[in-house]
Amino acid sequence: MKYSHNPTETFLQEAAELLEQVEGNALEIMPGMDCTESVNRLFRAFHTIKGSGSMFGFGEVAAFTHHIETALDYVRVGRMATSPELVALLLAARDHIAALLAASQTGKPADAEAGRLIIEELRALLPKEAEPEPAQSTTPPPPPAAAEPATAAAQAYRILFRPNINLLTAGTDPRSLLDELRGLGECTVVADASAIPALSKIQPDGCYLAWNVSLVTDKGESAIRDVFMFVEDGAELRIEAILAAGPAASDSAAAAPAPALPEAAHAPVAAPSPQAQPARASAKESAAAAGNKSSSVRVASERLDLLVNLVGELVMTHSRISQVAARAGIANLDTPVEDLERIVASIRDAVLGIRMMPIATTFSRFKRLVHDLSAELGKEIDLRITGEETELDKTVLDQLGDPLVHLVRNSIDHAIESPERRERAGKPRRGTIHLSASHEGSNVVVTIQDDGRGLDLDAIRAKAIDRKLIAPDAVLSQKEIINLIFLPGFSTAEKVTSVSGRGVGMDVVRRQVEALRGTIQISTQPGAGTTVALSLPLTLAIIEGQLLEIGHDQFIVPMSAVAENVELEAVERTSRNGRNLVPVRGELIPYIRLRDLFEIRGQAPAIEKIVIVHHEGHRVGLVVDRVLGSHQTVIQSLGRFYRHIEVTSGATIMGDGRVALILDLAGLVRASGQSLGHPALAPRS
Amino acid sequence: MTVDDSASMRDMIRFTLRNAGYDVLEATDGRDALQKLAGSPTGLLITDLNMPNMDGLELIRQVRQLPAFKYLPIVMLTTESQDTKKQAGRAAGASGWIVKPFRGEQLVAVAKKFLP
Repeated sequence: MKYSHNPTETFLQEAAELLEQVEGNALEIMPGMDCTESVNRLFRAFHTIKGSGSMFGFGEVAAFTHHIETALDYVRVGRMATSPELVALLLAARDHIAALLAASQTGKPADAEAGRLIIEELRALLPKEAEPEPAQSTTPPPPPAAAEPATAAAQAYRILFRPNINLLTAGTDPRSLLDELRGLGECTVVADASAIPALSKIQPDGCYLAWNVSLVTDKGESAIRDVFMFVEDGAELRIEAILAAGPAASDSAAAAPAPALPEAAHAPVAAPSPQAQPARASAKESAAAAGNKSSSVRVASERLDLLVNLVGELVMTHSRISQVAARAGIANLDTPVEDLERIVASIRDAVLGIRMMPIATTFSRFKRLVHDLSAELGKEIDLRITGEETELDKTVLDQLGDPLVHLVRNSIDHAIESPERRERAGKPRRGTIHLSASHEGSNVVVTIQDDGRGLDLDAIRAKAIDRKLIAPDAVLSQKEIINLIFLPGFSTAEKVTSVSGRGVGMDVVRRQVEALRGTIQISTQPGAGTTVALSLPLTLAIIEGQLLEIGHDQFIVPMSAVAENVELEAVERTSRNGRNLVPVRGELIPYIRLRDLFEIRGQAPAIEKIVIVHHEGHRVGLVVDRVLGSHQTVIQSLGRFYRHIEVTSGATIMGDGRVALILDLAGLVRASGQSLGHPALAPRS
Repeated sequence: MTVDDSASMRDMIRFTLRNAGYDVLEATDGRDALQKLAGSPTGLLITDLNMPNMDGLELIRQVRQLPAFKYLPIVMLTTESQDTKKQAGRAAGASGWIVKPFRGEQLVAVAKKFLP
């Protein structure tokens, strides 16, 4: 099971799979039977090989495959019948493509003559009127467009653009077109609203506006045409060069005698703003990775998810059965229930094991990233990867990619110095980024380590003061200063580069990691490097938790966060003016009363329990009525309607059928909104 | 979102657009894309035309029927540089097109046209 991040490799794997399908489908074609579906599948397989082949530099494969595709298209539209000869040729073609692909790997040329023969025989089968058309998709990707000979002198243009009335419903936002024009040079836009009909005749999502644009640019007319390349259909587009380029201002004034109202262009009539925001969904990887050995099976990841959910239900049902059995007191029932427990546990482990994948697939994509970005930034960086065989649940892996990319980009962009600077600092010219993964108890720790300049604590502090995130006289430990970079609105990027400074800060990284129930920690040594350690659970499906009770409601807090449990007496509670601090062995620990937070009615017991948990290196107490003990539980998502509730990360059904909420510590602390003596926890005004 | 039955194409598109700073959601055919589109904040749909289950033209038609995606920019990938497919795509409601084979920069340039 390998999911390569090299498109060429993926293509080769995919082509191998498609060729296998070709064999199966070709053999399904029998005389006298309806084989439309087989032919369609064959067509698509060859079509993909051709299209992707031409993309990834397999021109010869694409050229050859084009002929097969043409023949199959005839069959598809009914202009040619299937025949045993055709099947034989398809199989021969399949072998030839395989040979061509193999040749590209070994460097030994394939038998070109064989390919020519196949094509000739295939042509002989084609209906007479069929003109063998030349292959068109075999051209290699066009070379980078030679930069338009930049007309040294800027040229003024007058542009009239009256779009097709259906511009908006074809998914184009005229504002982006105009913005693109503005990007070309000095630009004045005047909207022409004369074509807007009477209200009764208006088509609400029609675009009735036209625009008169005066533009002074040195990019040439073709650059202007490029702006409109997708919208010329049914539109009126006139681009006129105005001779004298010199006094641009007077020109545009002449072209736009009316008071220039560029803002008018921003309000197309009845133009609902198209949803033109960059997709921010977490990209879900495609189904299970390709495996070209017969020992692995490709299964859609949805099926695995379903299986995991079902196992979750099984585990919960089992624990209910064992409770019922225990209460029933039937001796004969004990043995089968115990057997069941053993089997359920085995199934659970086996099923969760299916979704475990080595982190290598996630790590390997960084080779390219580091290579490309370091070249772009003129840095020399080696990427070292260790522990890539460490396995993690696929759902965790899928969501780990984005934060990792961000962290690695940060290392390349900010941490590693330029080769010259490194030499001056007495370090090797080449910087190193070390990605590693290892097991640590029930967690996997992923670290990104660089030997760059390290975090500049004074700069961070100064910036935090500047951004009013901390008071100028705040006394902070080194760790607290480092943690400042996780605050929303904090970014150390001095300038926005193409690499970072995209507005996605470390706060987002931390939130993504926390969404995986992980933690993030940074340690740094000025001048010597920075290490970011992400600690992640092996799986998101099962959680080892401590079961808590308040009134009749049960809650679960992840066991990994629990430090200790202490008692809170009513006297203690009232004696500190409601400041919610409790002394535990000399240290004052802030606490949150879950009874208040969840507004649970009823009388609290005289002695409550405080569960002390770690949160971002601090200790926070959660006050509950009772601690019921440890509990392994299957997490069920609460569903879409509850997704904005941040204090819980899910729920589980207890043995007796009750629902227990699983607490999200970060959310709890945010929700309780109290000052816990830490800037990150303080409410911001 | 990129919709293509070819994993290598999806891979290439995702890699290119990710490096350009976009988040990329993947779907393997039209049907898959329609399912994944629901509730996603997709800002641009890049779809192949020839796919199993539901082809690109049908996908474009159906997406245009959804109120939430009426104005979504849709770019189709075509190997055919002939006008027929392109016209069919435009008639179905596509906003633009890229002819395969293309280079990464072309893809990014088109994405930039539609995404702020």
